[in-house]
Amino acid sequence: MTALVTSTERLQRLLALVPYVMSRKVVGLAETAEAFGISERELVDDLNLLWCVELRAPDPYCPIDLSYEGGEIVVSQAESMGRPLRLAVDEASALLVALRMLAEVPGLEDRSAMSRLIAKLEAAAGEAASVSAQVAVQVDIPDHEAEGYAGQIRAALSARRRVHLRYYVPGRDEATERDVDPMRLLVVEGRPYLEGWCLRAEGMRLFRLDRVLSLDVLDVPSAPPAEAEPVDVDQGLFRPSPDDALVELELSAAGRWVAEYYPCESVTDLEDGRLRVALRTPDTGWVRRLAMRLGEDGRVVSPPSLVAAVREAATAALANYVALPLQAHGPTGGNCGSTRARVHSGREGRLRR
Amino acid sequence: MSKRKTERLLGLVVCLLSSRRYLTAEQVRAAVPGYPEQDELFKRMFERDKEDLRELGVPLETGVNHPFDDDPGYRISQQAYQLPELRLEADEAAVLGLAARVWRRAELAGAAAGALLKLRAAGIDADPKGADGGDEHSPVPEGIEPRLGTPEPAFGPLWEAVRDRRPVTFSYRAAGRSDPQRRELEPWGVVNRHGRWYVAGWDRGREAVRVFRLGRIAGPVKFSGPAGRVSVPAGTDVRELVRGRDSAPAQEHTALLRVRAGAGVGLRRHAVSVRADESAPGWDLVTTRFADLGWFADYAASFGPDAVVLDPPDLREAVIRHLKGVLA
Repeated sequence: MTALVTSTERLQRLLALVPYVMSRKVVGLAETAEAFGISERELVDDLNLLWCVELRAPDPYCPIDLSYEGGEIVVSQAESMGRPLRLAVDEASALLVALRMLAEVPGLEDRSAMSRLIAKLEAAAGEAASVSAQVAVQVDIPDHEAEGYAGQIRAALSARRRVHLRYYVPGRDEATERDVDPMRLLVVEGRPYLEGWCLRAEGMRLFRLDRVLSLDVLDVPSAPPAEAEPVDVDQGLFRPSPDDALVELELSAAGRWVAEYYPCESVTDLEDGRLRVALRTPDTGWVRRLAMRLGEDGRVVSPPSLVAAVREAATAALANYVALPLQAHGPTGGNCGSTRARVHSGREGRLRR
Repeated sequence: MSKRKTERLLGLVVCLLSSRRYLTAEQVRAAVPGYPEQDELFKRMFERDKEDLRELGVPLETGVNHPFDDDPGYRISQQAYQLPELRLEADEAAVLGLAARVWRRAELAGAAAGALLKLRAAGIDADPKGADGGDEHSPVPEGIEPRLGTPEPAFGPLWEAVRDRRPVTFSYRAAGRSDPQRRELEPWGVVNRHGRWYVAGWDRGREAVRVFRLGRIAGPVKFSGPAGRVSVPAGTDVRELVRGRDSAPAQEHTALLRVRAGAGVGLRRHAVSVRADESAPGWDLVTTRFADLGWFADYAASFGPDAVVLDPPDLREAVIRHLKGVLA
């Protein structure tokens, strides 16, 4: 308890402390302090405070009697404080929303513990549980394939097996092949990810399940090296290094989504709802793709080399439309319906004009 | 933190919990040490204390013991105060620990920790290892770590508004619009979809049901009315409201592209068919489905010189226009 704790926060703890001890009959000081996230000294202060409570009327008495001799806490008298306070609306909602989200996580075969717990908590929280129905979290399961991959990853995790992935990297538009020793199945920002030690990159990597092209569980034990540490995803999935290239873009109002989608180092409002954003990246290839995708809605401002690369790519792409003949394609695998035939003739008509 | 205030509040709770009868303010002052002699000071302090207890969720009741009593009294019903009896199986307790970690460092993290503390106080051992971050020992769903973030500053006030049924106002920048607009909303619920938070409710200005993305709210969210002023229509499914807003449209159009061999993996991934283009060596013909022409034109353009749209013509023209826009 190094941070400042308000009187009501401490009161909350005291009201929980008495039933915590009573429900366990006897419990150690160290264990209790750990459960409450405080030091033993702070715990002793709390116990003394509880023991000192007195009521003066109608007759003076001390409602709470306890001892902590030899490091063991025993509450011998606590009047009506023997049970914890009911869950508040925020508390019930926090747990219920989280549980309903868990129940949607792909790859969990046994959801019965969750349903049972949800029912029990709803019953215990009573009225306080009702607001939780107004908060919902949807876990994004892109398709059945991703659901299947999640199941395979769960199996690989419990059997401690290495997996082989074909994985799509959209920034480079590449299908990559990698062996990965799985560490966790994460759900972050509503999307499932495999986190594991990538043997190709020799580092911890996160793989979005909707970008997995295929997955095989190998008959090889998973052996992540000792230095393999889970990524602290609470700090954000993407943490650029200061050594990365700084890229600046100017976005129109219609291109503002870029600032919502990618972590930017700075975002400056310009007139007419336009934005200037700066972001750092080790690989500017994806920014080139992004700029090609944005067209008029986003322009690379710097570095100059990237400005040139975007122009070059757009020029080459346009040249294709002039250079490559149009007529040469025949039926396209049964997709040429009558609508398409009409569209074709329409185009030819326009071309003749 | 004031130790004296903590002692006084604790005394007040014990005093009111232990009494079956309503106690008047005077009786409380006589029983609980720490209140001042001076009447005005006492009155103010007692008011503050009652408010603090209510904020903690302590069910403080006001009433009289006899119809002839002049002064109102106070008590805390044990039935209303106490968490009901609750027993968890080992697997349920393990899931509880996991659930409490979902909000770690997000808006409701404190509430989740508070709930866990009360459940532990009720004698439940909820995966104590897991609660402070050690994940390998969580007995049931090994290696599964779901996380929920609330990076949008609007989440806190909107959650409170939903919880307390209060109308709010905020300024909102709709997608693609340059100027934020003032909105007044009766919020019905908040929903997280694709990792982003949305609020759904009744837009008083538009007189219609609307969904807003929290990340597009500019500036503070302000309460525009007291608690209890919002009523959520029976049968409202906020999740459905948000889902209906941006569910993927049917991919009812077909495009034919010429894609450079070995490139355009993203286009090939969801292709209906891929075959070598006999008239253009080094290129493949890729047939794929798409829903929205504008969206797909942007996407096809992102492949630069590796993809050429052949058909339909309006798509081809859109891509050419788009590429000229890059050069403009």
